[in-house]
Amino acid sequence: MNMISLNTGLIIAGILFSIGFIGLMIRRNMIFMLLSIEIMMNAAGLAFIFAGSRWAAPDGQIMFIFILTMAAAEVSVGLALVMQLYQKFKTLDTDAASNMRG
Amino acid sequence: MTVFFYIAALIAIFSTIMVITRTNVIHALLYMVVSLLSTAVMFFIIGAPFVAALEIMIYAGAIIVLFVFVIMMLNLGKTAIDQEKKWLAGSGWIVPSVLALILLVEFIYIVWAAPVNPTAGISISPRLVGRSMFSTYLIGVELSAVLLLAGIIGAFHLARKKKHVVHRFLQETEGAEQ
Repeated sequence: MNMISLNTGLIIAGILFSIGFIGLMIRRNMIFMLLSIEIMMNAAGLAFIFAGSRWAAPDGQIMFIFILTMAAAEVSVGLALVMQLYQKFKTLDTDAASNMRG
Repeated sequence: MTVFFYIAALIAIFSTIMVITRTNVIHALLYMVVSLLSTAVMFFIIGAPFVAALEIMIYAGAIIVLFVFVIMMLNLGKTAIDQEKKWLAGSGWIVPSVLALILLVEFIYIVWAAPVNPTAGISISPRLVGRSMFSTYLIGVELSAVLLLAGIIGAFHLARKKKHVVHRFLQETEGAEQ
């Protein structure tokens, strides 16, 4: 019998999500902020998989595939923005781009 | 299997903590790959083999490699690592971490106090996932196709190098604008 409960899975997902959230708040490097967003989305996907596994339904896995698609699109646009930031300011500090003068 | 699950969960949590505390970006990315692989192990044990394979192929294989390529193109040096060390040495990280940890403790308490929901422990085959995805969630698949197209166009437009106007009269004003 499987002893892994949905509660345990949700706690693990919550821990991973809050680690990503802390990383998003304490880092100023734009690449680390993107990585933290990836961690947070992965944790959300983990929660979906556990919820799907609770009722043996494939819906949770499908939601994870959608999250994966969104993460891929978000990362491609975000990394293009990182390259533009680095070409313009020669740094990855997000505070350098705080004044949006175009 | 339960023991393996908890080992994978501990590795995932530890390597994710290492990701957000590294100063070198490449080290952080390698820890991120470890974290994703252990998450894939968790998926496999919980009964989602298709998603475990997707996690390894797309997250660890495509998205992280995209990060690595961008870092190769940026050519960050020793100065970037020193700057990261300087930023992390400050005490600005304490207050947000404590606040987030308080919220996390509340969340854990609420979930822990709830009645135990055992998982089904049945492996869901890719056939079931595919059948449900292309019948019930067909509109979602179409929408994610549109999202990916928008992502391609956005990335192409943003990452394109702007044509630099080099003219002997415009050079000074361009320099002043930077």
